[in-house]
Amino acid sequence: MNPAVQMLGISKKFPGVLANNNIDFIVEKGEIHGLLGENGAGKTVLMSILYGLYKPDSGKIIINGKEVVMDSPATAIKQGIGMVHQHFMLVPSLTVTENVILGKENVKNGFLLDIKNSTEHVKKFSEQFGLEIDPDVTIESLSVGAQQRVEILKALYRGADILILDEPTAILIPQEVDNLLEAIKSLKKQGKSIIFITHKLKEVFTICDRITVLKKGNLIGTVKKDETNSSQLAKMMVDKQILETYEKKKIEQKDIIFKIEELNVKDNRGIKVLKSLNLEIKSYEILGLAGVEGNGQSELVEAMMGLRQKDSGKILLNEVDISNFSPKDRIKSGLSHIPEDRQKCGLILDFSVMENLILGSHNEEPIVNRNLVINLEETCKLSENLVKDYSISTPNIQTYVKNLSGGTQQRVVLAREFSRKPKIVIAYQPTRGLDIGATEYVRTKLIEMREQGSGVLLISADLDEIRALSDKIAVIFDGKIVAIKDPSITNEEDLGLLMAGGKSG
Amino acid sequence: MVKIENSMKILIVKSIKFVQLIKESIQRIFPQLIAILVAFLLGAIVLIFTGYNPVDAYYSMIIGAFGDIYGIGQTLTQATPIIFTALAFLFSFKSGLFNIGAEGQFIVGAFAAAITGIYIKNIPSPIHIILSILIGAFAGGVWGLIPGILKNKFGAHEVITTMMLTYVAINFTGYLVNYPFKAPGWVSQTLQIEKTAQLPRILPPTQLSASLIIAVLLAIIINYILQRTSFGYELRASGLNPLAAENGGINVKRTMLYAFIISGAFAGIGGAGEIMGVHYRFIEGFSPGYGFDGLAVALVGGLNPIGIIFAGLLFGALRSGGMLMSRATHVPLDIVTIIQALVIIFVAAPTLLQYILNWRRNKS
Amino acid sequence: MNITDIINIGLFTATIRMATPIALAAVGGMFSERVGVINIGLEGIMLTGAFTGVATSYYTRNPWLGVLASVFSGALIGLLHGFLTVTLKGNQIVSGTGINILAVGVTAFMCEVIWGSRGASESVPALNPISIPILKEIPILGDILGTHTPIVYLMFLIIFLSQILLFRTPFGLRLRAVGENPAAADTAGVDVTRIKYIGIILSCMLAGLSGAFLSLGNLNLFASGMSGGRGFIALAAMIFGRWMPYGTFGASILFGFTDALQIRLQSIGLLPPQIILSIPYIITIIVLAGVVRKSTPPSDYKPYEKR
Repeated sequence: MNPAVQMLGISKKFPGVLANNNIDFIVEKGEIHGLLGENGAGKTVLMSILYGLYKPDSGKIIINGKEVVMDSPATAIKQGIGMVHQHFMLVPSLTVTENVILGKENVKNGFLLDIKNSTEHVKKFSEQFGLEIDPDVTIESLSVGAQQRVEILKALYRGADILILDEPTAILIPQEVDNLLEAIKSLKKQGKSIIFITHKLKEVFTICDRITVLKKGNLIGTVKKDETNSSQLAKMMVDKQILETYEKKKIEQKDIIFKIEELNVKDNRGIKVLKSLNLEIKSYEILGLAGVEGNGQSELVEAMMGLRQKDSGKILLNEVDISNFSPKDRIKSGLSHIPEDRQKCGLILDFSVMENLILGSHNEEPIVNRNLVINLEETCKLSENLVKDYSISTPNIQTYVKNLSGGTQQRVVLAREFSRKPKIVIAYQPTRGLDIGATEYVRTKLIEMREQGSGVLLISADLDEIRALSDKIAVIFDGKIVAIKDPSITNEEDLGLLMAGGKSG
Repeated sequence: MVKIENSMKILIVKSIKFVQLIKESIQRIFPQLIAILVAFLLGAIVLIFTGYNPVDAYYSMIIGAFGDIYGIGQTLTQATPIIFTALAFLFSFKSGLFNIGAEGQFIVGAFAAAITGIYIKNIPSPIHIILSILIGAFAGGVWGLIPGILKNKFGAHEVITTMMLTYVAINFTGYLVNYPFKAPGWVSQTLQIEKTAQLPRILPPTQLSASLIIAVLLAIIINYILQRTSFGYELRASGLNPLAAENGGINVKRTMLYAFIISGAFAGIGGAGEIMGVHYRFIEGFSPGYGFDGLAVALVGGLNPIGIIFAGLLFGALRSGGMLMSRATHVPLDIVTIIQALVIIFVAAPTLLQYILNWRRNKS
Repeated sequence: MNITDIINIGLFTATIRMATPIALAAVGGMFSERVGVINIGLEGIMLTGAFTGVATSYYTRNPWLGVLASVFSGALIGLLHGFLTVTLKGNQIVSGTGINILAVGVTAFMCEVIWGSRGASESVPALNPISIPILKEIPILGDILGTHTPIVYLMFLIIFLSQILLFRTPFGLRLRAVGENPAAADTAGVDVTRIKYIGIILSCMLAGLSGAFLSLGNLNLFASGMSGGRGFIALAAMIFGRWMPYGTFGASILFGFTDALQIRLQSIGLLPPQIILSIPYIITIIVLAGVVRKSTPPSDYKPYEKR
């Protein structure tokens, strides 16, 4: 019997990166195949090639024994391939049924949509595969887990026999993860081949039959689950053993410099997302904020920085309520912010390194003189120093930031934010998407800030990162802090349960 | 010693910046030049198909625009108002706005300046001139403020509101000049402004006035504001990435509001200059669409204040040369509008020419 | 003077007549926005359509061929707008502005080439009003709706079909999906580029038809600048109508009514014409400000960047 998927000698180059280097990838019929690797290993690129979203520079794709030129998702769908993307590909204002049938609609009377029939169809599918959903509601009213089920249904509706799931568990709470893994197993029973992209070893061992490991665009190898173990896979996955604990000086933290009291905030849709939230940060402290994405973290950061209106509550910095301060005044009073998405919110890509380094201090002396004219001499001096101190690898300070690598861009953000000698640092996913070297640099710098007396609020989806760096861990769920834990005596299962809204043991 | 080292560094930075600037300007101007060229070529094809001789037409256009002092004066006179409206468009564009209502702001500014010039009497000329210009700027600024408030408070898209306000401005001033402020006679126009409010003519006997000098100075000042002041920095930051600007403590909404007001004021000054330097009175329909040309001139000028001066000259030459062309060769004046529109369309999609070239290469 | 001099059956008949070009262009604008492209060029397309219709009718002596030519000219401009904004990912507003200016130039230029006058064409064969037999007999309603040029009835039909097309057919589903989330439509196997082109071209064809109504339905000649800002009013009607065909139709009727009313008030000399002429624009601004009702567009007018 032919394998379901054979990708042979696949290479794909992007400007400056070899995303896939001569990769062979084979999926047998009816297996669950794990595709394992760190961020940036090339997993998503490889699967996007299989799904016709990218054209490979070289290599061939054979589906069920026949070579296929994957020039578009439409071709991939025709070949029985379905993909559930990390970011859902759903149209929010349309119903579940409309989203499922989009592109493959049933027609009655020659030209009208046959919604009734389609709805029945969707209902039948959802029962058959254990993916419970109401076909008549709009996507925008569904939870993340339910939206994911719609995505899987969409693929199945299109007759997918080969299902690609791109990091499907990253955005789910543990209970939803269990449900999903069950559903995947039942799909396998019905003869589907499944490619499961992940960087979580635990999940790989729960459901996968075979595992292929990628690292920095290279194929490391394919192994059977029964013939391997966690430490072998981990070794294949990462370059070197990451320091799981960081050297931190023992400092007694006693001064509470930052305090949030009974903070209530609504999101863009007017739904209450922070519900009387309380939080304290001490100087010389890294406070880790653990939680599943979408439990109010973004709104909390925005409310702290003055980018989002509060409904009620206080934000105290050194006992001064800054909750009515403008963003500018908050920066002045000692708040620094490393945004979640550095390209969207942290940097102006069409500005030079120098111009980006003065953002936030651009209207203060010595950057400007009294007439609000920018002092080029001071600005250059400051920029040159920061480039040196933070080892920002740029040809010169006039280089556009868009031409720098991701890690270097993050250094520009750090240099700018930390050079203000902040009292409070808000680091929101500061290592997301960075390579290991850059990640370590950011973590070391955060510890350095702590040792200089700043209070650091570290918000991360990476529990390992939080546990490795934090002096204290606060768990956020549904807009509230549900627990404060000491990292040395708490374990991952405990935190996971709290993040899911359960009680810890 | 340190001081010398620092100034050396600045010199290096400045020269790097200068070299970059030159390189960028050439890169930036190149598509514009091609766009202009292709627009003229297409214009020629239109002329051939409609039975005119494009060589004659373009020749008389060039002669009309630059052939004698009168032509040059006319070219510069025509260029002046569109440099103002282009600067107005540019200033809002840099902050991320699309103010396509410069026409309305221009007209309102012109009317306000005319009223100031007519009804304030017996004050020294320089003061009268400055006062009239300021009032023109103020009126244009108010006309720019309205879409600014509508955007900030209600999220109304400025493209539509500025366009609608232009029509309101045309009708509103049309009412004023036909009823309360109408001069005796059958023409819809106001009385003449006082001598003290008239801008000096700088190239007699042509109509070219000191308004051109104001326009050029304004372009230079805007360049300085954008590149060297913290306000210009905030403006550009807001335009390029509003989210990051907000994270950097910049009040993007307020910055945009200022940009709206200042943008309107620039157009208003342009209108004032047109009244005080050329017509000496407000005449209904005196603007043949200077405001709409502003958008085109700003784009052809590479969205750079200095580039705008040159692009303004091109469009001024088209207008002034077009008149002689129309008289001498009977080619309808509207060919000028067609060429201008073609330039805009080519500038709208900078990749158009690249696409055509690639297509031809792929074909062969 | 009597109130019935202003508000009478004639006013409502005129309302229908005034609303027709706005509604056609507004539904046109809607199709474009539904696929995520703003169509500022409606005004210019109407003008071009008006001219093309008259020119064709002038040469063929057949107004219906004129109407077809108007629609075809709209399709051509739609192709251009689509090419500039979808294929080349150019700025939609600049492209639309270019189209508007080009229309002014080309129509005036050709008007002079053909008829030797920039201002207006000669009279050409135009569409005659038709009466709908049964409808005509109904009191009041029959007077208002019973006798119009065929394009008026075509407009009613188009509004109805647009609603069906958008919400009841596979094509409409794809159209809505492409505008709101092109990436989702793409991964579902929908050809985003094709749908966008179709939406834009359909949009411009309707604007062209609207222009034909102005020159061949309402009058029998072309006058330069005869679109008179209706393209922008149509955009506003579309926004007020929340990008829905029926809503857009309602808004067009409202604007048609103010238009009809201002002409009547003007002829009576109750208010200076310039003030009345501003009313539609001011209403538009108020509508846009969301004072009446908040509207958010179905898309953000950005070109779809395939990864």
